Amino acid sequence: MSNHSLFDFAVDKSTKTVTIDMEFDADPSLVWDAFTKAELLDQWYAPKPLVSKTKYMDFRVGGRRFYAMVTPDGQERWALQTYTAITPKTHFKLFNVFADKDENPDPYGSDWDLHFAAKDGKTIVHISIYNESLERLESVLEGFKTGMTMTYGNLKELLQTLSGK
Amino acid sequence: METRRDIFQAIADPTRRAIITLIALHAMTPNALAEHFNTSRQAVSKHIKILAECDLVKQEQQGREIYYSLELEKMKEIDQWINQFRQIWEARYNQLNALLSNMKKQKK
Repeated sequence: MSNHSLFDFAVDKSTKTVTIDMEFDADPSLVWDAFTKAELLDQWYAPKPLVSKTKYMDFRVGGRRFYAMVTPDGQERWALQTYTAITPKTHFKLFNVFADKDENPDPYGSDWDLHFAAKDGKTIVHISIYNESLERLESVLEGFKTGMTMTYGNLKELLQTLSGK
Repeated sequence: METRRDIFQAIADPTRRAIITLIALHAMTPNALAEHFNTSRQAVSKHIKILAECDLVKQEQQGREIYYSLELEKMKEIDQWINQFRQIWEARYNQLNALLSNMKKQKK
């Protein structure tokens, strides 16, 4: 099930970006649909046992997807995704932000950049997520870096995780 | 989520980030801390209170003075946060993989 060469996750501290590379044994058009149609998105987007529930989705530049991750006991965690650029079948961008059930967004969100490419009948998906909250984390980590390296043993490990190695 | 404030809320504010950086170096009194900021001592106290509510700051009485220092264990939450993020995407990958192979079967 988990073939690691087909899934790669990295956090780049210097650019405050998380990158995810995935390879699927399917046509790009199928993969594109899975990312851009609500009824398909809802089938894979929420890590089990959570369930993804899209209230509405308007896939066009300036359009939005308003959805919730629902826990087994019925709690909802809402988020808003606004599509900021679309090149059909190959690329789109969105701004992701958590929100309340009335669509009021949090002050901070993240910018997502998604690329789809065909390769030998397979599809490569490359996602980069620029995360403001990661940047906020980073300023704290720098403080630790100068002050705590001697006393905080886990920091080294933590920074290695953050730099993606 | 939890009703208690979380670490990410705590560090969303630049002043609180600066406080964390200062007390990461060594324990400080509220007065010593306030000297680093242009805001009032009350404002600094308010930030410390929020940090304390997140268990990021612990206080120790030494004689007549209170000293604030950083709760190191709390930093591990950041590590866990990154791990969780990875796990979410790995789960999505596996689920989408399964969905795509179902879709391919149905097409045939």
